[in-house]
Amino acid sequence: MKKTLFDKVWDSHVVDAIENGPQVLYIDKHLIHEVTSPQAFEELEKRGISVARPDKIVATADHNTPTINQHLPIKDANSRKQLEQLTQNCAKNKITLYGLGHKNNGIVHVIAPELGITQPGMTMVCGDSHTSTHGAFGSIAFGIGTSQVAQVFASQCLLLEKPKKMRVLVNGKLKKGVLPKDVILYIIAKLGTNSGTGYFCEYAGDVFENMSMEGRMTVCNMSIEMGARGGMISPDQKTFDYLKGKEFAPKGAELDKKISYWKSLATDKGAVFDKEHHIDASEIEPMITFGTNPGMGIKISENIPKTNERSFEKSLAYMNFKKGASLIDTPINYVFIGSCTNSRIEDFRVAANYVKGKQKADNVTAWLVPGSQNVAKQIAEEGLLQIFESAGFSLRQPGCSACLAMNDDKIPSGEYCVSTSNRNFEGRQGQGARTILASPLVAVATAVSGKIVDITKTLEPQVL
Amino acid sequence: MEKFTLLKSTAIPLATENIDTDQIIPARFLKATDKLGFGEQVFKDWRYFNDGNLNPNFVLNNPVFSGSILVAGDNFGCGSSREHAAWALMGYGFKVIISSFFADIFKGNSLNNGLLPIQVTPKYLKALLKEIEANPSSVLVVNLKEQQLLTAVGTSSFDIDPYKKTCLLNGYDDIDFLISKKDKITAFEAQLEY
Repeated sequence: MKKTLFDKVWDSHVVDAIENGPQVLYIDKHLIHEVTSPQAFEELEKRGISVARPDKIVATADHNTPTINQHLPIKDANSRKQLEQLTQNCAKNKITLYGLGHKNNGIVHVIAPELGITQPGMTMVCGDSHTSTHGAFGSIAFGIGTSQVAQVFASQCLLLEKPKKMRVLVNGKLKKGVLPKDVILYIIAKLGTNSGTGYFCEYAGDVFENMSMEGRMTVCNMSIEMGARGGMISPDQKTFDYLKGKEFAPKGAELDKKISYWKSLATDKGAVFDKEHHIDASEIEPMITFGTNPGMGIKISENIPKTNERSFEKSLAYMNFKKGASLIDTPINYVFIGSCTNSRIEDFRVAANYVKGKQKADNVTAWLVPGSQNVAKQIAEEGLLQIFESAGFSLRQPGCSACLAMNDDKIPSGEYCVSTSNRNFEGRQGQGARTILASPLVAVATAVSGKIVDITKTLEPQVL
Repeated sequence: MEKFTLLKSTAIPLATENIDTDQIIPARFLKATDKLGFGEQVFKDWRYFNDGNLNPNFVLNNPVFSGSILVAGDNFGCGSSREHAAWALMGYGFKVIISSFFADIFKGNSLNNGLLPIQVTPKYLKALLKEIEANPSSVLVVNLKEQQLLTAVGTSSFDIDPYKKTCLLNGYDDIDFLISKKDKITAFEAQLEY
């Protein structure tokens, strides 16, 4: 039988199955952080069970962590307690932890790929919905709840129904100024926020084949925003090249052996999906959101739709936007470049390239937050830091930061923030904050102009 | 986990669509290291104004409505995987959520905690919301064993995974089951080749 990439990875991890019920799926890598793990450790302790495979778990501190003065004790007592608890739980259970200050510390979905922990054909989970990021490598990666974190601790397995399969094919050539973030924002706006519920999504076609690994991570990261459990892309030469030389990636003969296996994972020609969508790349333009879910996005040159529906109107009222209006020239006081969607080196390269020779607008507070210590190091080594500093930007230390505002990086109530993060939910970036999702290019152009500008009209040829 | 068999209760109507888990429990309340106290923070930014006063326009603050069933708009529980959302809804006293669509992770998290998500058709949901808004004392009956929801607008049967149903009816959970499979898991690990 012809199999999809998803089938091949899933089926090779099934330990057992319940008749007419879920299957026992083996998990290769379990990533944990401070927010969704304490209650799972507590559950294990309560039952007197030990962690089954501590060697398959990697921990990091990211959701709560400050982005300035990370060498000082954390001021917020509750955040400090969560981090202390993570440290204690990891030490007690012999789990590798990249805590604050460690050279490998950073956002869980940024560090695992850059360290070579994420590999094709794996099953990976984390108590965080954006675990779908790792699907960029052709792994089955998805977010889980805390009860499931405890289940993986106890057994290295999860009890799951096999999801259905969908495929999104994007073929053709992308226009100037269209980034991977625009591709996924367009897909979600077009298909809707629950179009993927019950499905695992494979992204295929020229656009993804030509996309960098970091771009693929941005796309897969937001699969959850259309409701899909995860998104994945067939591993190819780009994937293998990316992994080569990474700290925890296989090396030498072992790598060659793995690569020949990884090559066999691609979806067979003629394999059947439960649902398929075709998109022409030339339809896509730089995107921007106007509402309070990631599906409420438009091309930056378009106007907000006119819809008479209660939830839609509630959303516009929260954002203080009008039906039929354009967002161009809307003054913006906050810009955030960061989050597990867009805090990788390529994102900062795009931003720095645009910023070079320009100045940040005075009205804008711009937070540039790298996804990891490693990204921060690269920013400095490549001279990007100097470009940002000359333009009036300052770089903060790695963490989830203003994506979900669990630390001090909060957008004040009523203010707009053009953000490269993944969610524009009410209050996501702070109580009353109004989030507009966009690519790093649109975000940095906003920081320079102090208002939303149509970058397709102003883009100089050397930018992309 | 507590056993779930039969529930008779009035319901609270919350017709908003796409309610994400950030609304059910905002991120700033996720700093706890236990499962307690989340009920007080459920829908915090809708229940309270920024100054801390109760928002009288939010349905949970309307004394006309009460009960352990929440009837919500389409695509309930989307967004973050935080299980705190299920803990918050249960902490407030909800035992059942009715909607025309649930996000996957939320649905799983709810079932793992004994909170029953019941999916009905958009048409049934619309009629039910209208009925509760008109007659707040209208009683709903949830019969898990028969997989039936009985209300003033008619009977609706609902789907649930047979395994999950057994777990809820008996108060079992997945950890118990997975641990019972230890030998098979060890054997699987021993032959790992991929």
